[in-house]
Order: sequence, then C-alpha cells, then structure tokens
Amino acid sequence: MWESISLTLKLASITTILLLIVGTPIAWWLARSKSWWKEVIAAIVALPLVLPPTVLGFYLLLAFSPSSPLGSAATALFGHALPFSFEGLVVGSLIYSLPFVVQPVRNAFDAMGDRPMEAAATLRASPLNAFFTVALPLARPGLLTGAVLGFAHTVGEFGVVLMIGGNIPGETKVLSIAIYDHVEALEWGQAHILSLGMLVFSFLIILIMMVTEKRLRRRTS
Amino acid sequence: MIDQATTMPEIEVQFEGSVENFDIDVHFSFPSRGITAFFGPSGCGKTTILRCIAGLNRLNGKFSIDSTVWQDNHIFLPTYKRPIGYVFQEANLFPHLTVKQNLLFGHNRRDAKNPPPTFHEITSLLGLEALLDRSPEYLSGGEKQRVAIARALLTSPKLLLMDEPLSGLDLAAKDEIIAYLDRLQEALDIPMIFVSHDIREVERLADHIILMGQGRIRAQGPLLDLLTDPNLPLATGDDAATILEGQVASFDPTDFLSELSINGGSLYVPGYIGEVGSKQRLRISATDISLSVMVPSKTTILNVIEAKITSIHPMEEGKINVILSLGEDNGTHLLSRITQRSYASLGFKPRQKIFVQIKGVSMVKRLQNF
Repeated sequence: MWESISLTLKLASITTILLLIVGTPIAWWLARSKSWWKEVIAAIVALPLVLPPTVLGFYLLLAFSPSSPLGSAATALFGHALPFSFEGLVVGSLIYSLPFVVQPVRNAFDAMGDRPMEAAATLRASPLNAFFTVALPLARPGLLTGAVLGFAHTVGEFGVVLMIGGNIPGETKVLSIAIYDHVEALEWGQAHILSLGMLVFSFLIILIMMVTEKRLRRRTS
Repeated sequence: MIDQATTMPEIEVQFEGSVENFDIDVHFSFPSRGITAFFGPSGCGKTTILRCIAGLNRLNGKFSIDSTVWQDNHIFLPTYKRPIGYVFQEANLFPHLTVKQNLLFGHNRRDAKNPPPTFHEITSLLGLEALLDRSPEYLSGGEKQRVAIARALLTSPKLLLMDEPLSGLDLAAKDEIIAYLDRLQEALDIPMIFVSHDIREVERLADHIILMGQGRIRAQGPLLDLLTDPNLPLATGDDAATILEGQVASFDPTDFLSELSINGGSLYVPGYIGEVGSKQRLRISATDISLSVMVPSKTTILNVIEAKITSIHPMEEGKINVILSLGEDNGTHLLSRITQRSYASLGFKPRQKIFVQIKGVSMVKRLQNF
C-alpha cells in the first residue's frame, strides 16, 4: 500500500514540476500571440479534457512502441522502452494533465493585460527579465491553481495509466490502480482505506488552493 | 520664451502608418528642453505618437533626440534600451511590489553611465518618504501618480513621456501633481512631453504645444503664441485665453497687490504672487478683457492699459475676437472676446489705439528664475 502511495506522490510531483516548466511558456504564448492558429494549438492542448483517457492511452501506446520513430528515440534516451515504465507514465501524465495547468496560467496572463510588461520595458527590463520579475509573480494565483490541479489530476488518473503503465508494483502501480485491484480482489477494507484517504486528500487540496488563491489574488490585483 | 535657433538641441519626430485602421502621418520637431504638450481631442492619435516615441508601438518613421537616433529605416531600439521615463495614464504600478521596490525596479536597471538623480533626491522632491513601505493598492490616485513619476525619473531618463498623467485625478490631486511637476522641471533639466486633451493643464504646464487633430499636426509652437493665434481653434473656443509671462516688479503690502511688468505695460494682480524679480505665468480669459476707446475713468478695474488693435476676427453667434498688442506694435499679444453689437457701435478698426480693461488675472505658474 505504501509503495503505491509513494509511487503516486513521486509521479504527481515530477509531473507537476514538468507541467509548470512546459505549460507556462505555452500559456504565455497563447495569451500573447496574435497568430490565427494559436486557437488550434489551444484546442490540441485542451483535447485531453474531452478525449476518453483510454483513447489517449491507446495512441500513446502506439507512439511509444519501440518500432515507431518516437518510441525508438525514447528507447535510446531512457535505455528501455517507455510502455509499462515509470518514465512512460510521466510522459503520459504530462500530456493528460497539460490542459489543467495551461488553462489557469493562460487566464492569469490574459487578465494581467499588456500594461505591466510595457511598464517593465519602460523601466529598462528586457522581455525575458520582465517575464520572470513581473509576469510570473503577477500570475502566481494562476500558477498555483495550475500546479494544484495538475498534481491532483495526475494523482487521480486511471485510464491512461492502465493503458500504458499496466500494473507493475513499484514501477507503475499507482493508487487508482491499487484501489481497482483491491476491489477486483474483493478486498473491501483496503479499498476503503485508500479511497477514504484519496477523498480527504482531494478535499484538503481544493480547500487549501481556494484559500491561498484568494489571498494571492488580493495581493496582486 | 524658446527661440528656435539652428544650434538648438531638438527632438525630431516623423511617423507614418496606420494603427487599428486609424491613419497617422506626422512630421515635426521641437526643442528638447522644457515641457511640450501633445494637445488635441480624444482619439486624435497623440497617445499613439507618444507610444511610438517610447517604442511601445511601431510605425514607420524616424525619431531622434539631440541627434541620437532611436528609430529610422535601419534602427529600431526596443523600449527597454531607450533612455526614457514613461508615466502611464493609470500609474501602472506593480501590485506585487512595495512602493520602494517599484521605485528601485527601474533605478537598479538604469544605465550607470547616466548622471543619477539619487533615490533620496527624487523621493524627497515628490514627497514619497512616508509611503515607501506601503503597497500600491493602499495609495490614493494622486499618490500613485507621484510614485509613477518618481519611478520613471529614477531610471535617469533623457526624456520623460507622460500619457494624460492628470486625467484620472480629482481637482485637488491635479493641482498637487502640477505643483510637483513644476518643482521637478525646476530641479531637473529633463525635457518632458505630456499628452493632454485639457487646455487648462496645457496652459499651466507647457512651454511648447503640438496641436493635433485626426492623426495630423494642425499647428505647433510656443504656447504663448499659439493660444492667441486667431486661425487656430484654441482662440475660438469658449474658454479661449491669453497666457502671458511677466516679472514681479513690486508688492504693495498695504493694498495687498503685486505689480508685474510685462512686455508693453504692467499688470496688477491681487495678493502676493512671488518675490520681486521672480517670473510668473498668468492667464487672462478672453471674455475678461473689455475694450474702450477712451481712458475709462471712475472704474473699479485696476488694469487699464493702452494697446493697439492688431486684427479683428468675426466668429459665429455674434462674437468677435480682437487681437491686441500692448503698448506699441511688438508688445505682448492679448486676445479679447467682444460682442458684434459693441463692435458695431464703437467701430473698431485695425491699428487703432484703444484701452484694454482687464477684469481678472490669475496666476497659473511660477517660472524658473534665469
């Protein structure tokens, strides 16, 4: 049980950090670009919101297979094939949870408007410097929401994990799979403990996020 | 007044193009000292030109200041490399930083080669010492704008640009900011450009006006000349006025009257308006000047000065603008607004010698001592 919990937390933490690193520039570009095809990119990023996780998992499985170009490159990079590995889960979670990070961060950048960056430019800050010293601090409520949603969503994912991760203890057997396993094996007691734990955890996360966001928003608006 | 000799350092502006279906085509230059106002109705393109000077918007053209080019066909300096200070209409302070951190944001990034107005000098000039640890959200509109001006000045700018810096403020805050800007102009030798659609602000602050309309330059020149130019809309408006500059000649403490000497005569102004010898800017509304063919006797009006009619300009609705020259031909110009009926009954004509009676004079600005 503890193995599943720690694996889940590890997966969610790594995924969240990567999500912020990858999602923030995408969100910035979506908020600032004037090109007509940015909404196409936005739609692709948002796709996991509506796509059944099993469909996403199925395509990822195909893409990761060592016989595909992407899969062979990944195999060369990680030293083993991505399907049914922890790294495979990270990549899958990254794609699956991306919209949960990009959306709130983009909203925060949109709400900020052009003025703060213009003010920073008139105060000698280069665009990159202004991004880190003005845009990111002002987008803190959005970044926090994105990180929490991305983390929580990764903790709770099931379909994608089942498709590309399988059920290898210590490697891909995350909480949601463990619960599913317990129920299948009619181990109601174990399933109860894990499920109740998840319920409390989810509630606390949402509560803390709402309170913190409210405080941050008051400070940055 | 500013004389445009060939060696005078100047700012040259030329922009052409369209922003959101609005055409702009301007080419003008003006002295790179004192305060210049871009004046015109809302939507005439004045803010766009200011933003182009800052590099925040980009139109084809050229910009140079004292022969340093910031933009031409080959060069376009990005905003953060231009030695400007920019004050936005709505202050635009960073909400995540304290007042002090806002002030230091640009100060720490300035080009160290430029002569520094020190942090202490600027904060005391703008009276900000007590506000430094506050968060911008707890400041009044006037305080925010003062911080924004200080923040811009602390970058050691070679040019201060202000986009309607007074428009969001109430009257008291406006007066306060104008007083601060006067002090700044006196203390720091930085040319300033400000955008305004309010002629009262322009009268109080500007030395030079660029008059704009529909993306074009309508007229430009020293403020004192443009206000009384009968061919410009400034002289035909309801609040047309003459701005003149004079030196305090004496103060009579018994009657509490100051006497100012101006080109072509002298004026009495109620109250103490400054020490003897100081230069002051005064405003006389066109409707406060009446004309008389003879020396008016037994009148309560203090200011009765001999003048000569320069030109007469009938306008709509039975109103007539008369341009006068105090004393002889090259005296200070005054703009008087009289009625068609008075004009017909008294039969004024150009070059005629008459007497002007000035009902009210108000001081608008204390000028630098030279």
